[in-house]
Amino acid sequence: MIAALRRGAQALLPGFPGLFHKECTRFLSVSIQTVFGPVLASLLFLIVFAHVLEGRAAAFQGVSYALFLVPGLAAMTMIQQAFANASSSLIISKMMGNLVMILLTPITPFAFFLAYLMASLLRGVIVALLMIAAGALLVDIKLEHPLWMLAFLISGGLFSSALGVAIGIWAEKFDQIALFQTVLLLPLTFLSGVFYSLETLPPLWRFLSKLNPFTYYIDGFRYGFVGTADIPVWNSLLITLLFAGGVSLIGYLMIKNGYKIKN
Amino acid sequence: MPDSDTAIEIANLTKTYGTDLKALDDVSLSIKRGSFFGLLGPNGAGKTTLISIIGGLTKATAGKGSVMGHDIVADALAARHSIGIVPQEIVFDPFFNTRDYMRQQSSYYGIYDNDAWIDTLLDRLGLADKANENTRKLSGGMKRRMMVGMALVHKPPVVILDEPTAGVDVSQRRSLWEFIRQLNDDGTTIILTTHYLEEAEELCERIVMLNHGRVIADERTADLLTSDKHHAHCLYFRLPSGQQPPADLFAPAAVEGPDSQGRFRVDFDDYSELEQLLAKLNGSGLACSGMEIAAPDLESVFVSLTGQVQ
Repeated sequence: MIAALRRGAQALLPGFPGLFHKECTRFLSVSIQTVFGPVLASLLFLIVFAHVLEGRAAAFQGVSYALFLVPGLAAMTMIQQAFANASSSLIISKMMGNLVMILLTPITPFAFFLAYLMASLLRGVIVALLMIAAGALLVDIKLEHPLWMLAFLISGGLFSSALGVAIGIWAEKFDQIALFQTVLLLPLTFLSGVFYSLETLPPLWRFLSKLNPFTYYIDGFRYGFVGTADIPVWNSLLITLLFAGGVSLIGYLMIKNGYKIKN
Repeated sequence: MPDSDTAIEIANLTKTYGTDLKALDDVSLSIKRGSFFGLLGPNGAGKTTLISIIGGLTKATAGKGSVMGHDIVADALAARHSIGIVPQEIVFDPFFNTRDYMRQQSSYYGIYDNDAWIDTLLDRLGLADKANENTRKLSGGMKRRMMVGMALVHKPPVVILDEPTAGVDVSQRRSLWEFIRQLNDDGTTIILTTHYLEEAEELCERIVMLNHGRVIADERTADLLTSDKHHAHCLYFRLPSGQQPPADLFAPAAVEGPDSQGRFRVDFDDYSELEQLLAKLNGSGLACSGMEIAAPDLESVFVSLTGQVQ
């Protein structure tokens, strides 16, 4: 079954099964760092914030703060880990020079892009699901709209994975990746409604939050759990998909044109 | 158009960086299937740029190329299926052991059940006992041999080896060449670039020399070595300790030496001159304590050719 699937995928997308397998093997071989560590860090956020703020801030009516936090933290961790997967793998391969051994093979640019994208998505999904499973041990979690949760899990994951591919291709040193993560990604995820509802913000901050694409992803993902959202959920899905598609196109074109990976 | 007897065809290939740096300047060459071919030149001659273009890592500014009849741009996937390249830079992936890294490389070609051939490669490249070792822990020479294995993992009909023996010890180098020679005997086209010119002289049937991005020689190795266009034969002689031959003894030819072995040297172009040199030496009254005649080697051709152009 797996062999037949692999043959089919190889025929359609030469090189994809091999590179996807390599990328998954890579992050799973250091799963303490790539999977369990981030889940543990998010759990600590959950425990501390839920304990300190429970009873003080009513995010949505009828929704406990801890329940409000779990999907937000899962989505935030997914964004960070999906981004880190592609970007760190690409920059390591470029710095060590072993990317050449892949580029010399008959792998199509689309298969190359898709392998990094899907492996990053997989890491993000694993981390998000583990975070939810761990959160369920502490909080009584409801899943009001599982299909919406799934739609945002995939669309948001694709967005951050594609961002990781594009930045991994663009960067020439580890510092540039770290700078992007620290100066842009971390503030954007923290200020995207993970810890609060947009309705609790002053108008200016609410407006600024709506310029942040991650806001739509996190709000929509949380809707899947609690059935309440700050933004109409179809709008959020559309915006998340548009960003995922746009960044994917940029990442693919960078690879197709050999930007910073070929002379 | 490349014919069915051609492994690699390069036509008028040019690569320019910026406005005036020409890494390759109108290079054309044709490599026959099943041949053992040498691509030589000093550092910066354009060898690696040429290999990168053939491998699809670099885009040519002008010109065309094909591998086994497949255009390297229009039919890039088929061209890359037909070729295995050992890059000059040593690379490895610290997430994998040697066998898994080779399996991984094989999977990019869609070959998944390849353990028998991978084991053969590991054995023939002297890496069988390092199969389960993390690639990070291999020595430089072992990593180089692993890269040879990775280039061969899909059994390509054409193999390009860019400095494959740099850092490889003598015995491993011999067994590597034995294996590569066997592949060549079985029909694989081998293209070798190396700074070990004695290796190229011994292995390659035909040699192309590049300098400043241009082809400065494209001949059968035997023709290159026997052609008097490029170089000279040498007459070496020894004198009793402390004695020096007069500077104009062989005029107009110059005498050089002594070298580290105490030998004096006079170059000559063909054997008709040798008789005159020996007569002059005999007439000088110097008591020679030893004499030898050296046939030209690739190194002297290389120095002569690259020196002429420079």
